[in-house]
Amino acid sequence: MMAQLRKEDKFNFAPKKFNMWIFIFTSFMLFAAFTSGFIVYSGGKKHAINVILPQSLMYSTVVILLSSVTLFLASRAAKSLSFSKQKLFLWLTLVLGVAFFALQLYSCSKLIDMGVYFINPNAAQSFVYVFIAMHLIHIIAALLLLLNTIKGSYSDIPQAKNLFKMEMTSIFWHFLDIVWIYLYVFLLLNQY
Amino acid sequence: MSTLAVHDHGVVHHEEGHEHHKDTFISKYIFSMDHKMIAKQFLITGITMAFIAMTLSILFRIQLAYPDKAFPLLETLLGRFAPGGRLDPNFYLSLVTIHGTIMVFFVLTAGLSGTFSNLLIPLQVGARDMASPFMNMLSYWFFFLACVIMLSSFFVQKGPASGGWTVYPPLSALPKAMPGSEMGMTLWLISMVCFVASSLMGGINYVSTVLNMRTKGMDLWKMPLTIWAFFLTAVLGVLSFPVLVAGVVLLIFDRSMGTSFYLSDIVLNGKVMPFEGGSPILFEHLFWFLGHPEVYIVIMPAMGISSEIMSVNSRKPIFGYHAMVYSLIGITVLSFIVWGHHMFVTGMNPFLGGVFMITTLIIAVPSAVKTFNWLATLWRGNIRFKPAMLFAIGMVSFFISGGLTGIFLGNATLDINLHDTYFVVAHFHLVMGSAAIFGMLAGVYHWFPKMFGRLMDEKLGYLHFWLTFIGAYLVFFPMHFMGLDGVPRRYYAFTEFESMQKWLSVNTFVTWAAIMSALAQVAFLFNFVHSIFWGKKTTQNPWQANTLEWTAPVEHIHGNWPGEIPTVYRWPYDYSKPGQEEDFIMQTVPYSETMSSNIESDFEDNPVGLAEHTKWASTQRSNEEVK
Repeated sequence: MMAQLRKEDKFNFAPKKFNMWIFIFTSFMLFAAFTSGFIVYSGGKKHAINVILPQSLMYSTVVILLSSVTLFLASRAAKSLSFSKQKLFLWLTLVLGVAFFALQLYSCSKLIDMGVYFINPNAAQSFVYVFIAMHLIHIIAALLLLLNTIKGSYSDIPQAKNLFKMEMTSIFWHFLDIVWIYLYVFLLLNQY
Repeated sequence: MSTLAVHDHGVVHHEEGHEHHKDTFISKYIFSMDHKMIAKQFLITGITMAFIAMTLSILFRIQLAYPDKAFPLLETLLGRFAPGGRLDPNFYLSLVTIHGTIMVFFVLTAGLSGTFSNLLIPLQVGARDMASPFMNMLSYWFFFLACVIMLSSFFVQKGPASGGWTVYPPLSALPKAMPGSEMGMTLWLISMVCFVASSLMGGINYVSTVLNMRTKGMDLWKMPLTIWAFFLTAVLGVLSFPVLVAGVVLLIFDRSMGTSFYLSDIVLNGKVMPFEGGSPILFEHLFWFLGHPEVYIVIMPAMGISSEIMSVNSRKPIFGYHAMVYSLIGITVLSFIVWGHHMFVTGMNPFLGGVFMITTLIIAVPSAVKTFNWLATLWRGNIRFKPAMLFAIGMVSFFISGGLTGIFLGNATLDINLHDTYFVVAHFHLVMGSAAIFGMLAGVYHWFPKMFGRLMDEKLGYLHFWLTFIGAYLVFFPMHFMGLDGVPRRYYAFTEFESMQKWLSVNTFVTWAAIMSALAQVAFLFNFVHSIFWGKKTTQNPWQANTLEWTAPVEHIHGNWPGEIPTVYRWPYDYSKPGQEEDFIMQTVPYSETMSSNIESDFEDNPVGLAEHTKWASTQRSNEEVK
């Protein structure tokens, strides 16, 4: 009896998916706090970033947008039971995710070349690094989640669970995509 | 009587399920994923932390009462922190800081929400466990880790953090600023990061469980007020703690990497520091955006607990159930737009100050609605003065007397005088300190049988209540007058100030009152520990309450209910309903079993039930006529 109940619980994914949504709210609040902090800081001291952000940030934005598309295609493949396609698109998403990560790091090194340091009397410039770093920490978590989903797609798990994993990954990944676009637009608006 | 509660689902399916997984000591008591065990872990850790924080407060009270006296015993106990038997001034600041931190975060946030949300959410909404038991377990262990790290700061060379529980920069951002800003501050920050992680994991679980895992029939308007309060508390935590993380992250960068988010124009020990352009006010904004919702995170569970206990022990429905819920929601929303009232004297634009003042004063409305509803619940109730009930009434008392001074402090102009004085100390110790602690203690007395299967001793409970209640007023009431006279908080001694010397006798009095209340807690501790092992065994529903947790067997089982989870048919406050023989009808009793007490408004959204009811009523009437 109890064993059966536990089994029922195991396939009741709704609350767990809901947990992910609430986590997204917390994470949203974190970025809202950082950007509000930026506004308070730059408004109070009349500071702006005062540099043109490197082009590579633009490329990274394109890359993460593409990764959202591939992840969407992977989800669609999973729903229509074409698992080899699902795997392919998952791997593509992972590669694009890593590429995004690399491009962001490259942008940071570019910023340093431009003389925009993290340790900086103009904290508006330090904030750029904070935004990027906080977002990348989330990206690391998302990449791990993605890897776990890929692993799941290779093992023999029930389709319900496969779809659940896909959905969890999608929610998180698309959210991070949107957050990055928000941060990027925010930074662009505050360049000068 | 109490067996009546479950006769509906009395078909007990005690089957082999349990034997399938053997609980080892570690999986049952340590890394437990059962919400009832996690609740107990939170409670016991919370009580331990509360006693530690209380001891710290007694230490600094002794200093305030006898600033010129040496107590050799203190040196024996505290060593380098009390050279020559007198508290070191830096250690005094550490005591104040850590007392505040532990009480606000570790006792009244984790100890209160952690215990009762964990215990009651699944039991009162009818769920087998939390949405994610694993995350729930992690939540406790992060909390435990945070406690250990926080306490470990007493064992580092320079002592614990000492910049106040609000850790404002620049003191907290410059390790060389004072002894407490070194290792102690680092540990404080690490501990708080763990704490926030714990809080978020807990909060996410509570919200998700309440919204997704309610049993059949349990719609939102049939939830007990406890659940509403825990739910909204969790929402507050989920939305505000990340903002603290943002503030703390930037603080860590300033401390350890040399950025200038919060720092500017600093001269330290005659040396000009390289920081430029930062603003400590930024930290205050980020901190208080959490900090203000935090005080509601502290008080709202206490409100929910008190509402439930007062209804049960007045044997009356809670007065204004919907108004209670809406005012909780109102408080939740408003609490996010009042943080500026902590910053009136930071050079804030007076217009902005006015805005924050208005939003702050508006909170008085839902608070007053709640207060009047509690009083109206007591009105002509058939009151049972159980210890839990006394503590719940005490909570209301503190909330009123502490809340009134909030109206003074919320005023941007009066705050110029009152800011950072003992008036503030008096205000928040009554309205959120004592009130929340009383709510928590009320909960402990009320749900002790649910947690440990035994009853606490009532006589000791009464002793505990009266000594604590009187003691708390004696401690905090005189502080209002000190504050009005301009005595500032967090000072080590007032002997150097001519104008404040007259308050020394009051300080001595307050200290003795504090010692009395502290001793009263020993009665509680003894009662608590003794009752766990040797208390009187409880029946299933010792208080004749309506809510679901009392339909679960006394013996804790994994999954809470043997067999099916009970279905809910009515709201939780059908006490003393006219026409009913007993003075309570549990939520699991369908209306078809209580024909004699049903009224029309019970069937607002249930036309079939209403038709049944009208038919029954007309038959009754015609029978009457025949007679």
